[in-house]
Amino acid sequence: MQPVATTFFFYFLSAVTVISGIAVITRRNPVHSALALIVALLGQAGLYLMLYAPFVAGVQIILYAGGIMVLFLFVIMLVNIERAQKEEQFNKQWIVGIVAALALGVLFVLVYMKGKGLFPQTVAQLPEGENTQGIAMLLYRDYMFAFEIASLLLLVAIIGAVVMAKKRI
Amino acid sequence: MTERSSHLELEQADKTYLDSNELIINMGPQHPATHGVLRVILKLDGEKVLGTECVIGYLHRGVEKIAENRTYTMFNPYVDRMDYVAAVSNGLGYCEAVEKLLNVEAPSRAKYIRVILTELNRLASHMLWLGTHALDIGAITPLFYTFRDREEILKIFEKYCGARLTTHAFRIGGCQYETYDGFEEDVTKFLKFVTPKIDEYEQLLTTNRIWVERTRGVGVISAADCKALGVTGPVLRASGVKWDLRKAQPYAAYSDFDFEIPTGQSGDTYDRYLVRMQEMRQSLRIIEQAVGKIPDGPIMAKVPKVMKPPVGEVYHSIEAPKGELGYFIVSDGSTQPYRVRVRPPSFVNLQALDQMVRGQLVADVIAVIGTLDIVLGEVDR
Amino acid sequence: MLDYITSYLKSDTTPGQAGNFFWAFVYILLIFLGLSVAVIAMNWLERKILAHMQVRLGPMRVGPHGLLQPIADALKLLIKEDIMPAEADPVVFWIAPLIVVITAFTVFIVVPFGPTHAVTDMNIGVLFMLGVSSLSVLGIVTAGWASNSHYPLIGALRSSAQMVSYEIAMGLAVISAVLMTSLNTDGTGTLSMIGIVQAQQAQQTWFIFKFFPLGLIAFFVFAVAMVAETNRAPFDLPEAESELTAGFHTEYSGFRWSLFFLAEYSAMIAVSSIAVTLWLGGWMRPFPHWLTGETWDLVFSLFPGVTFVLLALITFYSTIRMPKHPYFRVQTIGLAGFGAVLGLIGLLLFVPPVRDRIQDIYWFAVKVAGFMYLYIWYRGTFPRYRFDQLMKVGWKVLLPIGLGVLIVTGILGVVLS
Repeated sequence: MQPVATTFFFYFLSAVTVISGIAVITRRNPVHSALALIVALLGQAGLYLMLYAPFVAGVQIILYAGGIMVLFLFVIMLVNIERAQKEEQFNKQWIVGIVAALALGVLFVLVYMKGKGLFPQTVAQLPEGENTQGIAMLLYRDYMFAFEIASLLLLVAIIGAVVMAKKRI
Repeated sequence: MTERSSHLELEQADKTYLDSNELIINMGPQHPATHGVLRVILKLDGEKVLGTECVIGYLHRGVEKIAENRTYTMFNPYVDRMDYVAAVSNGLGYCEAVEKLLNVEAPSRAKYIRVILTELNRLASHMLWLGTHALDIGAITPLFYTFRDREEILKIFEKYCGARLTTHAFRIGGCQYETYDGFEEDVTKFLKFVTPKIDEYEQLLTTNRIWVERTRGVGVISAADCKALGVTGPVLRASGVKWDLRKAQPYAAYSDFDFEIPTGQSGDTYDRYLVRMQEMRQSLRIIEQAVGKIPDGPIMAKVPKVMKPPVGEVYHSIEAPKGELGYFIVSDGSTQPYRVRVRPPSFVNLQALDQMVRGQLVADVIAVIGTLDIVLGEVDR
Repeated sequence: MLDYITSYLKSDTTPGQAGNFFWAFVYILLIFLGLSVAVIAMNWLERKILAHMQVRLGPMRVGPHGLLQPIADALKLLIKEDIMPAEADPVVFWIAPLIVVITAFTVFIVVPFGPTHAVTDMNIGVLFMLGVSSLSVLGIVTAGWASNSHYPLIGALRSSAQMVSYEIAMGLAVISAVLMTSLNTDGTGTLSMIGIVQAQQAQQTWFIFKFFPLGLIAFFVFAVAMVAETNRAPFDLPEAESELTAGFHTEYSGFRWSLFFLAEYSAMIAVSSIAVTLWLGGWMRPFPHWLTGETWDLVFSLFPGVTFVLLALITFYSTIRMPKHPYFRVQTIGLAGFGAVLGLIGLLLFVPPVRDRIQDIYWFAVKVAGFMYLYIWYRGTFPRYRFDQLMKVGWKVLLPIGLGVLIVTGILGVVLS
């Protein structure tokens, strides 16, 4: 199938992502921030779709928007929000923040100035149907070892979380 | 939150705000599962119950005070309005107490009629309990089955005395009405009809995995605690105490019948369920025997038109469907009682609620309120 | 323009893949309408079936046999006052039902009612359905939080924990079905909803019977998890009436509440369609490889028409049994008219071109309707689980079973190929 109105959708999804990203850090109410974050994640999923990566988009929705964000909200609800709002905000790291922002800004400007040579002019055409299989081949054949190490790390993290939580039960 | 101060104070926040997830929740008086207008203030840690406080009195009508301004006969219909699902038992307790005070005895035919109607009423009460209890735990179907069968009992009541719920079936000294033609046949037919129905209820619930999981080990109360709190009735028997006033201090004609007292062992909700199911079967047995050998004779003893009991006091208690229902009546020799004090089983049993639900989950509070089988009309009087 | 419209009819793909916007729009409209009708019908059927299980009649007043009751209910909900608690968070309170209802309807764009009867077919069909339906929990959680009230909050917390846990068991069951699709000659599996049904066609079996009893166990895990996912009895803790009055939607009323209602029922239909697609052969008619030949094809293609004619006959029988009192005259005529409409639809379904086009949709709908009946049956039979028991069932029973089935399926697949 031929893509439709690519430019429009790209700018639309980018705008959604950026605006909701800004909303995440400006809202004082954590639930509003979380909801904005969900919108940002969905916008990102849309961008993945435009890159012919439906599997990554699907995983983005199911894991981040559907799974992790629910846990985020779960935790936020247990927090007493009125008290949390009175609490002093973490603004101590503003020097680090400025440095990071400046570095990122310089990078953006650089990419914008001489970006033409950095990226390939034509997008590599991958048949739509093979994206999922391609990921599977990479994960389970080419980079099997690294993948398994990552999963082991996650398992250790899970066990650690259970051990730490167990103390309170 | 609660506008009324409660002894359940929230733990003061001494930790970070992440830990302050204790909350006080107000269950009732308008709540689908508190069986009327009971209000329970729950202190929760997540879903775990840390403590409860019952607020009662929303249905208080001052029944005991009303008694002081009515003659003995006039007060009789009021007692029907206390435990309105077991009105016949209430009437029986009151009439027998006054009879004791007057020192008269009802004729034996009247006693048999009383036993039949009271046991039918016990069945009706247990059926209503089963339906609502199952509904609270989430099984909606038993409610309609039990109400279908309870209807047959109410039809017999209606044919006998014209009322279905607040029957006012008995009078001091006997019964007002002779049994109607075909009363025995109706009751026998009902017995035949209802025996398989009780098996049907058991089929739906007794071996249902979810039902067993929801009730076994929930709301456990030991025999010693039951005695300490004055808990009576099926709740006491499910804890393993074989105490039934029908056997312990036989009243009416109960000494004539052969029946057993079902008891449980663990005192949990499942045992209370089983005990009540068995009690329904035992009631059927009693009714069957009573209908078989109902004697002929008068139905009213000789009582004066204007009752002036001698000065004195009397306490008489019967085994109501929910436990020991006692009447303490003080007479000053006039036509009106000086004081009437009712010992309602629901009120006393409700005391055990806090002990039974502490440390359990919110859903168990509902199950325990159901299993205590309280009627707020009787709790508040 | 006309060419544009007719060209799709001759193609053998879904409108989404054909890039045909007109037909995609028509399909979306049809699915939306069909779903709304299904929810309305389901509302009436649930009340009627449940009533008959419970020795009562159910709605009988509005229209003959209460047939117009759902419409009366919908009207009541629309004209009811819309109350928002004073302390509620207005924006989130407003958005929450929208999230729930949008996600509930969006999943239907990949549901294959037939080889070409879907809005589109995606490479990641199943993943898309699971992902989007997992978003609905966000709506429930935010609804409970925005109400700023205790009962809804507890309902929301229960619901989020429940749905996140059962999604895992559900996902494992789905993966074992997806693994089964790769056991064909060329060895490549698929996540596409249409592809999964076609794999069952190619392997000549429904996946519920694949590696008996492995497929059956995976289906069982999914069937339990899907009831929990849709918050229906016996897993209806988030809205447990006797405990939390109405759970997360306690503070909602009127139209907003009806959105939750709509979403709940369409989510039920959605997960049932996943189950039908993955395990029960989707749109395939029963015994497609055993009872073959022209005669059997004809016999099975007559089923839709026969069903509707039977329904019409039942309706006419009820019309005859209506009370003869003049008060019921309008209702009797209405019931007869309803029967006539059903009968006409039945006759229309006997016409060969319609018959052939409708067949796939019919078999799919019948299978989904079976699940809907199961939902009602569960509700009539089971008490409600307690929260810790619910978690125990999810994590200690369904999850290990799902993992075991997945591993065994994988091993069998490797050994057999």
